[in-house]
Amino acid sequence: MAKTTSGEGIRTIEEINEKIKSGKAVVVTAEEIIEIVKKKGTAAAAREVDVVTTGTFGPMCSSGAYFNFGHTRPKIKAGGGKAYLNGVPAYAGWAAVDLYVGATASPDDDPRNKIHPGEFAYGGAHVIEDLVAGKDVRLQVEAYGTDCYPRKHLDSLINIKDLNEAVLFNSRNAYQNYNVAVNLSDKTIYTYLGTLKPKLGNANYCSAGQLSPLLNDPYYKTLGIGTRIWLGGGIGYIVWQGTQHNPHAPRLANGVTKRPAGTLALIGDLKQMSPKWIKGVSFVGYGVSLNVGIGIPIPILNEEILKHTAIADEDIVAAVVDYSDAYPNGKPEVLGEVNYKQVKSGEIEVKGKKVPTAGISSYRRALEIANDLKEQIKKGEFLLTQKVADLPVGDSAPKFKPLKERPVKEDK
Amino acid sequence: MTPRKIVLTFPKEKIDKPIVYKLIKDHNLTFNIMKASITPDQEGHMVLEIDGEAAEIEKGIKYLKDQGVKVEPLSKDIKVNWDKCTQCGVCVAICPTAALYIKDRKTMEVAFDAQKCIACELCIRPCPPRAIEVHF
Repeated sequence: MAKTTSGEGIRTIEEINEKIKSGKAVVVTAEEIIEIVKKKGTAAAAREVDVVTTGTFGPMCSSGAYFNFGHTRPKIKAGGGKAYLNGVPAYAGWAAVDLYVGATASPDDDPRNKIHPGEFAYGGAHVIEDLVAGKDVRLQVEAYGTDCYPRKHLDSLINIKDLNEAVLFNSRNAYQNYNVAVNLSDKTIYTYLGTLKPKLGNANYCSAGQLSPLLNDPYYKTLGIGTRIWLGGGIGYIVWQGTQHNPHAPRLANGVTKRPAGTLALIGDLKQMSPKWIKGVSFVGYGVSLNVGIGIPIPILNEEILKHTAIADEDIVAAVVDYSDAYPNGKPEVLGEVNYKQVKSGEIEVKGKKVPTAGISSYRRALEIANDLKEQIKKGEFLLTQKVADLPVGDSAPKFKPLKERPVKEDK
Repeated sequence: MTPRKIVLTFPKEKIDKPIVYKLIKDHNLTFNIMKASITPDQEGHMVLEIDGEAAEIEKGIKYLKDQGVKVEPLSKDIKVNWDKCTQCGVCVAICPTAALYIKDRKTMEVAFDAQKCIACELCIRPCPPRAIEVHF
């Protein structure tokens, strides 16, 4: 790790783990550290505190789970065929009895938005929640049959306890900041950030703010590939940067990204998780999503790292974006910037109008996660890890690009 | 006095009788129908806000019960299933009467004040975990 003045090493992860094992580690949440730093300053706080815990709990659509349901007799190969879980299509394009179910998958016969706005009462995320809750799930497979896998049909109940592996594998979670959504049009719109009433009727935000993992380590100094995390109530790991990872988003002087920026790809054992923290949700007119609970510990290796964890809601700024035009049409326009203290007060001002706010991400649950992780570390049940590789950051990081369309003209 | 909000369930054989008219006229009550519906199996549901003298309201409610109408206070009507609730706050911006509200801006805890609820049901579909339930 590069050493700067405030980046001078105070302790190593090995030393923190020794303290955790002997029950002597000083662990506080990303909310508690704010007051500690206000009282004692960053230098003293950095000497005192070993670990700061973060948390977030909100809808994260790019989530899903894969599992191996075990071979049948005679054998079946779902790969190349079709598979359904409680009527929700699962991805079967793997070897014989592996399936992946994505959070946003909808049953083939779901009316979706045929009568707008649709209900989206049940989908992939609910299947994952049902599995985690230990409920039986109906598995239907249609295969074409081969010499080595002769069976063509399967219709059976399955249960997570009987699956060989059941793994949560999310390609994009824990967004580093997010938009505050409003609606400038004259009709109600239905988005993944909730129902937005016309003419700036309400504003919805989606971040845990001062508790949010990536906002507390904005340059990914401590967290990276291989970092052990709290995931869905069990243990998980950061496996890669998430899709759309964009560390180039504009930043404030404190390092906080003012727009959606870094993301994480996460993995964890579904069998350890709890339906309280892995929860299917339905957004009217939009679709199904999965609420995922994530907690990430930040080892205080130096004063600079500590300083970043001490950011408060008022230090974090987000963009107000019109979801009736700018967002759907990919226009970069922003209606203004607000901080999280303002959005959490229940009202912000947009274009001179007072607009009531609501959270899509749950601060209350994020706080529960940060506290639970803190207790686990204090009790010696959760040890910290050294990352294996860095997440992309700085000039060398890939740019997040829109699709450059090259339309295909069909032969007449 | 404060108006009372009640949920009425009319049995099949009574839906064609002018029960509410008699209730209001005989007991000199003012009323506001907040919701009225007849189910496919012809049971009638009505959410009614009534105001008037306390004794007359009691007599009126007795009259309804004598007619075979089930009378329940409105607070029983909408329930939040706290096991399902994810404590996000989507409902708070939608609720027109602040019956769903943020109890504490520090912890952002979502709470429900049944007294303020008018059973408009605007919150039911937008709630992502569908944790708000209508009970008749």
